[in-house]
Amino acid sequence: MSDVARYRLVLALLSALTLMLFAASLTVGPAAIAFGASVKALFSSSGSAIALIMQEIRLPRAILGLMIGATLGLSGAVLQGWLRNPLAEPALLGVSASASLGAVLAIYTGFSALFPLGLPLAALAGAVAAVLVVQAMAGLRGGALTVILAGIAISSLASAMTALALNLSPNPFAALEIMFWMLGSLTDRSMTHVWLAGPFMLVGWAMLASLGRALDALTLGSDAAASMGVDMRRVQFLAVFGTAASVGAATAVAGVIGFVGLVVPHMLRPLVGSRPSRLLPASALGGACVLLAADTLVRVIAPERELKLGVLTAIVGAPFFLWLVYKTRRQML
Amino acid sequence: MSLLSVNDLKVSLGGKPVLKGLSLDISAGEFVGLIGPNGAGKSTLLRSVLGFVAHQGGVSIGGRDASAMMARERAQQIAYLPQERDIAWPVSVEMLVMLGRFPHLGAFAAPGEADRAIADAAMRRMEVDGFRDRPATALSGGERARVLIARALAQDAPLLLADEPAAGLDPSHQITLMRTFAALAAEGHGVVASMHDLGIAARWCSRLILLDQGIVVADGAPRAVLTPERLRAVYRIEAFVGEAGGGPVLLPLDITAS
Repeated sequence: MSDVARYRLVLALLSALTLMLFAASLTVGPAAIAFGASVKALFSSSGSAIALIMQEIRLPRAILGLMIGATLGLSGAVLQGWLRNPLAEPALLGVSASASLGAVLAIYTGFSALFPLGLPLAALAGAVAAVLVVQAMAGLRGGALTVILAGIAISSLASAMTALALNLSPNPFAALEIMFWMLGSLTDRSMTHVWLAGPFMLVGWAMLASLGRALDALTLGSDAAASMGVDMRRVQFLAVFGTAASVGAATAVAGVIGFVGLVVPHMLRPLVGSRPSRLLPASALGGACVLLAADTLVRVIAPERELKLGVLTAIVGAPFFLWLVYKTRRQML
Repeated sequence: MSLLSVNDLKVSLGGKPVLKGLSLDISAGEFVGLIGPNGAGKSTLLRSVLGFVAHQGGVSIGGRDASAMMARERAQQIAYLPQERDIAWPVSVEMLVMLGRFPHLGAFAAPGEADRAIADAAMRRMEVDGFRDRPATALSGGERARVLIARALAQDAPLLLADEPAAGLDPSHQITLMRTFAALAAEGHGVVASMHDLGIAARWCSRLILLDQGIVVADGAPRAVLTPERLRAVYRIEAFVGEAGGGPVLLPLDITAS
C-alpha cells in the first residue's frame, strides 16, 4: 500500500521536524548558552543559573509552544472536517475571543494581580462561558450552521466587551497591558502555566482525536454520515467541547494566536490525500512545528524588543489566507 | 421476509403535516419505486425511516423496532443514498467507496481483506474501479453518481434506500442503474428508490408506491398503479400508457386541462 506508506512517511517527517524545532526552541534565547551545555543543564539538578534558565524559562516555553501549536492544528483540522468548510478555524466558535475577554477583565479589575494564575483562570472561565452559550443556542439537533452563527455572535459580543474595557480603562498602563496580552505571546511562561493548561489541552485532544472516522464519513455530508451510523449529536458535542477545552486553555496561557489553525490543515491536506482522519495527527504535528518555529523566530528577529508571537503568525498567515480566497474563487469560476 | 415495515407514520415539518398516516411494508427481493409529485412526502418518508426527522407511528427494520436501534445497527440494515451528491474533499474514489464499510468496523479496527473485497466488488459493479485513484471531486456528474452508489453498495445492507438516484444520469447510465437495482433485488436485497421519471419507474420497478399529499394513493404492480385516470388525478397530466418490448411504456403528453 503506497498510500499508507506515504502517509507514514509524512507523519515521520513531521515528527522529526517537530523534535528539531523543539530542540531549537530550547537552545535559542537572549542568554547565549552552547547547545551541549544547555542540554546538560536541562537535566542537571545543580541549581546553577544556566540550569534555572533552561528548566524554568525555556523548557516551559518550548512545551507550551509544542502543545498550543498542536492544539491549534488539531482543532482547526477537526472544525474544517466537521463543518465541511475549508475556511473554518478554532476562533470560529467564539472561544478565543471569550477567553480574551476573561483575561482582559482580570487585568482590568486587578484580579490578575492577586495571584499568578488569576489571569489564565479568568480566561478559561471566559472560554467555558462561551461554549456553554454556543451549545445551548445550537441545541442537540441544531447542526453546524447554528453553531457557526452562535459562535460569530459570541465572538462579536466578546470583542465589543473587550473594547469597552479598553475604553473605560482607568490608566494607560492597564490598557497597554491588555493590548500586549491580546497580541499573544509565550514569553515568561512558567511550568505553572504548563500544569494549568496541559490537562485541559490533553482532554480536548482526546475528544477531538476520537472524531477521525466520523469526519471521514462527513465527507459525504451529514445525512450520508448519519445513515452510516455516525451519531451527529455526539460529533457536535465532542467537536465543540474538545475545541473549547484545548483552545480555551491555549488562549488562557498564551493569548490569541491566529491563523495557525486555519493555515496548517490547508498546507497538509494534499499530503495526506485529503482524508480528514489522516489530517488530524498530521495537522497537530504541523501546528506544533509552525508555532515552535514562529516562537523561535520572534526571539531571533528582534531579541531586544521581543516581537509578539500572535503578530508574527498573523503577518504570515493573513497573506496566506488571501491567497486561499483567491484560489477558492478561481476554482469556483 | 419483511425488511421494513412502516405503520401509521405521521410527520410534521414546521407545524405543517407532511406525512398523514402512512403504512407500507417492504420485503426482500422487491425493487420498489417511490413516486409522487413534488412535496408528496417521498424524501420525508425516507428520512424518517432513517431516523433523521421526528415522527409518530411505528417503524420496524428487519423485524425490530427502529426506535430501539442504535445508529450503527440501523446502518447495518439500511444503506442510504441521499439526493445531495456534494463531496467535501478531493479524496480518492477508493477511499470514498471504502467509507461504506464504516458501520461494519470495530471502534478502532482498520478495514480488512473481506472489506476490501466487498468494496472492490461494488466498484466493479458500478464500473468505477478504473479510476479508483482519482480524486472524487474531479469526476463528471455521472461518474460521481456511480461512485456514490458504489459507496452505498459497499455498505452491503439488506435494504437500500435511494433518493432520486437516477437524476442527472444519461439514458444508458439510468438503465444500467435500474438493472443494478433489479439485480440487487433478485439477489435478495430490498431496494426503495424515489423517482420522478415515471417511464423508467414503470419499466424497471417490481412495485410502485404512489404518494400524494402525505398518504399512499396506490401501491402495487406498475401497470396497476399507473392508470391514465390516476395520473390525471395525482399528477394532473395526460399520459400515453402502453406496451413495448415486453414491458410497460409511459410518456407524459400534456397537462390536464382544469
